[in-house]
Amino acid sequence: MNLNAVLTIYLSEMRRFFRTITQSFVSPVLSTSLYFVVFGAAIGSRIDQVEGVSYGAFIVPGLIMLSVMTQATSNASFGIYFPKFIGTIYELLSAPINFLEIVAGYVGAAATKALFIGVIILVTAYFFVDLEIQHPFAMMGFLILTCISFSLLGFIIGIWAGNFEQLQLIPLLVITPLVFLGGSFYSITMLPPAWQTVTLFNPVVYLISGFRWSFFGTADVGIGVSLLAIALFTAACLGFIGWIFKTGWRIRQ
Amino acid sequence: MPPVVSIKNLSKSYAGGFEALKDVNLDIEEGEIIALLGPNGAGKTTLISTICGITVPSSGTITVGGHDTQTAFRAARSLIGLVPQEINLEPFETVFSSVSFSRGLFGKRRDDARIEEVLRQLSLLDKKDNKIMTLSGGMKRRVLIAKALAHEPHVLFLDEPTAGVDVELRKDMWEVVAGLKASGVTIILTTHYIEEAEAIADRIGVINKGEILLVQNKADLMTQMGQKKLRIELADRLDAIPAPLAGYDLERADDGLHLTYSYDTSGERTGITTLLTDLQKAGLQMKDIQTEQSSLEDIFVGLVKETT
Repeated sequence: MNLNAVLTIYLSEMRRFFRTITQSFVSPVLSTSLYFVVFGAAIGSRIDQVEGVSYGAFIVPGLIMLSVMTQATSNASFGIYFPKFIGTIYELLSAPINFLEIVAGYVGAAATKALFIGVIILVTAYFFVDLEIQHPFAMMGFLILTCISFSLLGFIIGIWAGNFEQLQLIPLLVITPLVFLGGSFYSITMLPPAWQTVTLFNPVVYLISGFRWSFFGTADVGIGVSLLAIALFTAACLGFIGWIFKTGWRIRQ
Repeated sequence: MPPVVSIKNLSKSYAGGFEALKDVNLDIEEGEIIALLGPNGAGKTTLISTICGITVPSSGTITVGGHDTQTAFRAARSLIGLVPQEINLEPFETVFSSVSFSRGLFGKRRDDARIEEVLRQLSLLDKKDNKIMTLSGGMKRRVLIAKALAHEPHVLFLDEPTAGVDVELRKDMWEVVAGLKASGVTIILTTHYIEEAEAIADRIGVINKGEILLVQNKADLMTQMGQKKLRIELADRLDAIPAPLAGYDLERADDGLHLTYSYDTSGERTGITTLLTDLQKAGLQMKDIQTEQSSLEDIFVGLVKETT
């Protein structure tokens, strides 16, 4: 195992993140504050409690998940796509490292950045709503697993993408709609029965539901099902990446 | 001593069926500089990319320092430094961090003193904190070499190291290469600048259409394949070559005042003495005589033409 190489990639990616720290820090704080103003104060004041929780507090897990999933995906996809785009990927391919080590470096850094942003949003939320986390360890566990699994997905997108448009395609057209429709801002029990059934096909529902359970102790679906969903998603991403490594798809000619 | 790089029956075909390398066999000796000459699309970059692990071979084996590049890729690649043809660098990084990154990828511990030594060797030390985007093209090329040397490789691949570089910098690069050779690094460079190969290589390989046409010691190549020409300036204009001289390989210049005789230096007899005697017998008066050695470029063009 070439741990020095993993660490080198990880630190290099983190340096990129800290080079734009203002943007990395201000952007999620600002957007979260806006969500709280719009959904928490303006609209939320007209909504009764949801599942025994004030609407402002209810949307916190969904907001964190929304940012974490999009940030993890975009950070990881950009992280591996950029060397492909500027041609520096030759260094990775000719170095004595295997793909698992490359993934560990890039995905590790992307997941760390997403985790950092998730924690910032959580801290920001405390300024707007009263929040009590019932299962803090489970909350951190869900958060870290989500950061890792969506960074793995982002890594796949970065390998697949042939241009910047494709890089944005999946996050914009697939992930954002799935997160919005996955119960970020509502409980799926608020939907008509037919739509509740449709929603259950959205994998993000299970992640948000599990994450919300760690905050409030209530969930749309069972906690075991949520854990199974995230485990399956992570396994699928890892399996696909394993196939990429084996075949050199889109990387090695 | 076993070759430091050994390539056996290497072939590479792409998905579309294009055969970039055809049954290539090549041994590279420790400490030498070998130049691979070939026109664009000859397979030079594919050959280097395949040795370095960027491209997967379709068949054949490659060993570096005795390690198979497929089955023992870590050991093999640890010995290799690669300077690519394109200037592929992250523009926002500083020179120092970019070179340090390359060292880390090879599993080596951070060593600022070593990085500074490499930068000094390449006259980059005063630029170490500059962002790469602020450097000139020549400086960027030096950064690529510094990155390749950061992990102290035994074998260095230089893919068209002086493409698009001005004459002065090119000569600087040659000095750098000579210095590396002196420090014991084996160097494989591809080029289509004949003068580059002529100036710095110990051996020359000619590659065209994915096949190695020839690999030979540079001096031997020049001697064995070099044709010499004897240019004879005549005192009086000649309208046609006289019949008694028809047996010689003579060319008459359009002005009628010059004759050129081609001969092989490796032949037992050059035929010069008899030619000069016969010229006198034919009543031709000579004003001046000059000889010309054919350049590596003539040899290269001749070889490539033969396979086209």
